[in-house]
Amino acid sequence: MKNCVIEFVNFTFKYRTQIDPTLHDINLRIYEGEKVLIVGPSGSGKSTLSNCINGLIPHIYTGEQKGDVLINGKNTAETSLFDLSCMVGTVLQDTDGQFIGLTVAEDIAFALENDCVAQDEMKKRVDEIAGIVEVGRHLKSSPGELSGGQKQRVSMAGVMVRDVGILLFDEPLANLDPATGKKAISLIDDIHKKTDTTVVIIEHRLEDALFCDADRIILVEDGRIAADMTPDELMSTDVLVRAGVREPLYVSALKAAGVKILPEDEAGQIDTLHVEKHSDRVRSWYHKQPAPPAPVYGDEVLSVSHLSFAYDQSRQVLDDVSLSVRQGEMMAIVGKNGAGKTTLANLICGFLQPLSGEIRLNGSDISPLTIKERGEHIGLVMQNPNQMISKSMIYDEVALGLQVRGVPEDEIKERVNKVLRICGLYPYRNWPISALSFGQKKRVTIAAILILEPEIMILDEPTAGQDYRHYTEIMEFVRDINERTGTTLIMITHDMHLMLEYTDRAVVIADGHLLADGTPASILTDDVISDRAYLKRTSLYDLAHACRIDDADGFTEAFINYERTHSRGQHDGT
Amino acid sequence: MERKLLTYEEKDTWIDKLCGVTKLVFFLCWSVTSMMTYDTRVLIVMLVLSLIIFKISRTRWDQVGSVFKFILLFLIINIIAIYLFSPSEGVKIYGTETILYGTGRYALRAEQLFYEFNIILKYFTVVPSIFIFIVTTNPSEFAASMNRVGISYKVGYSVAIALRYIPDIQGDFRKIRNAQMARGIEMSKKGRLVDRIKSTTAIIFPLVFSSMGRIDTISTAMELRSFGKHRKRTWYMARPLMRNDYLVIACSVLFMVVALTVTYIDGSRFYNPFV
Repeated sequence: MKNCVIEFVNFTFKYRTQIDPTLHDINLRIYEGEKVLIVGPSGSGKSTLSNCINGLIPHIYTGEQKGDVLINGKNTAETSLFDLSCMVGTVLQDTDGQFIGLTVAEDIAFALENDCVAQDEMKKRVDEIAGIVEVGRHLKSSPGELSGGQKQRVSMAGVMVRDVGILLFDEPLANLDPATGKKAISLIDDIHKKTDTTVVIIEHRLEDALFCDADRIILVEDGRIAADMTPDELMSTDVLVRAGVREPLYVSALKAAGVKILPEDEAGQIDTLHVEKHSDRVRSWYHKQPAPPAPVYGDEVLSVSHLSFAYDQSRQVLDDVSLSVRQGEMMAIVGKNGAGKTTLANLICGFLQPLSGEIRLNGSDISPLTIKERGEHIGLVMQNPNQMISKSMIYDEVALGLQVRGVPEDEIKERVNKVLRICGLYPYRNWPISALSFGQKKRVTIAAILILEPEIMILDEPTAGQDYRHYTEIMEFVRDINERTGTTLIMITHDMHLMLEYTDRAVVIADGHLLADGTPASILTDDVISDRAYLKRTSLYDLAHACRIDDADGFTEAFINYERTHSRGQHDGT
Repeated sequence: MERKLLTYEEKDTWIDKLCGVTKLVFFLCWSVTSMMTYDTRVLIVMLVLSLIIFKISRTRWDQVGSVFKFILLFLIINIIAIYLFSPSEGVKIYGTETILYGTGRYALRAEQLFYEFNIILKYFTVVPSIFIFIVTTNPSEFAASMNRVGISYKVGYSVAIALRYIPDIQGDFRKIRNAQMARGIEMSKKGRLVDRIKSTTAIIFPLVFSSMGRIDTISTAMELRSFGKHRKRTWYMARPLMRNDYLVIACSVLFMVVALTVTYIDGSRFYNPFV
């Protein structure tokens, strides 16, 4: 029997500021060398669980606790945070925010500096760790200049430098594009195997996190442990769906086809799945699916032709990009971080001026229009609602755009109320914004743009960092807006589910070039494009292949269409 | 890339290669001298020197330009206020009264003009040295050097992190401003001044909230990596003092001593051309 390194004994915790406990009577044991995945929707208590492991609870976030948490046999309440942090290394979710040092080397060395390690030894240790995570060439760079994947490596190095026995990852995939996320998971797996550390990963993107095998998955729901089993066992149950965590797509597809998954099917990973005995069933289900309805659009509203942009001569950010958007479309602009997606949006909104090329709105060139004038036709919703909200009351925030345009007060009132009704915010119109959840704040920012009645709305990463429930809530809302008002929607994203489920068309930008323009299913089943755009081939492709369905693209579309029509039923009335 | 205000930039000059602690000593000596002295001769020498050093440090105008304009605004407010509240301060100091124009309380006096000229000089001697210090000092070395002159490393680190966040906060500011402008909030020069001042609140609120988020994350990250565990800490980037460092430190101290001696030798910190 291996040593138990993390142990929760009848543990209950209530934050000082809250009325009810966040964690109820948790009993959990994690053994030395294990790799454990903790999943659960936002607000389930999984982050609280992680804060209990690294000691932030009770040392920084105080509250009432019953029962004990033991790390390597030491009670966290009686051990200092400094001592705990020598046993548990935490890699935080926000890859940018957690950098302390100005250069990669300093950031890795930070913990050693605090431990008063001598400079020579520190340099040796930093070189060694940088070698393991392969950032040796970047020691002198600023962490901010690195790619998303490299940043993650640096933050890992920063905690591994002290020889911690337990590595705790708080949503390591949240800020990464799918391909980089996949690499991050393999790197974690690699380190786990090489160093014999215990690895705990908190994540809600289960399918991506399961890219490498895990020993156990712990599902947290409403502050309790709802499941504690192997991935294979978990896939054979329906507890994930009930808890509001998204199953891997291939599992949903199998279940949709009426397959009863058993633990011995080894459905934890698509590679281990024994699909032979189910393939007939999947095939016949596929052939019974109706053809997805072809979407109907209006005339061209926006055309971008031969658009190029560079901050300076040396670095072309966008090169000869052309595309055409039709009225009523829901479109995704995808590509890895830094590919030029946001630059394209900034050019369309007029925040940046193109080097060459033209943007036309309803057939006329928009280069003479100011940012404000463009804003009446093209609205931009930023990723983080906190970056847009400047008023304390919902009504005032939504009315702002009309007030500054000098619209009469009566008309403002009427239009605000109308928009608030569309957005489901009417009952809260006199609430302070601070009382709203993240998703509701997002609605407020969308409403504040919608009030200007733009023809086109650009949403920058509308679902970043959201769990499945909130993701669905936001996206159903956005689709509803599109259907009710006919507003054309352009979404900048690297969420593959979003593009599959909510858009009809995806434009792929890679290294400043337009790489592809087609249906999401066709892009996510094409290896070459997926690779270059840092996307990941969807597991539906592999499932189709394994079931000997030649038209993987068609299979993907059929399943998504099935999901859309079925999830519609569930979400109506919410 | 977009321009970055008041941020460290690596430049291959001998000033850049000096230790942070050397620059800090220079900066302190320089500011103390400039604050104490009203001796016009000393101030003029310092002005010339600071312009030369500014040149050698290859600090570019776009790194500091808008902050400089802002300081200039303060300077103007400052000298007007002195004139309004104390129009004959110069007479008190220099002991003579030479009316150039007008009569009564607000008559324009040569002594007053000379006194205010000295104040302007003082601004112009200190401001370039602040700029040089900020744009040539690597923020991480900055903390190390403050620690070396005896200031707690926690204080040094918080200043260093504040410096490091300047570019990020500028980025946030730009993003927020753009989005608010697209909503129709006028921030370009076309708008009226009153409207523009009002509309800045539309940026400040979101900016403060997003910055508070940053602070929260970074302090958790530091806490989890044992920041503040011991009374001392070591520095990865610490550099030993080189020949140039000793030279600069010696020159700075020497300059301060000489300048202050020249200033106080006749018993007053003012140089008096009127007697």
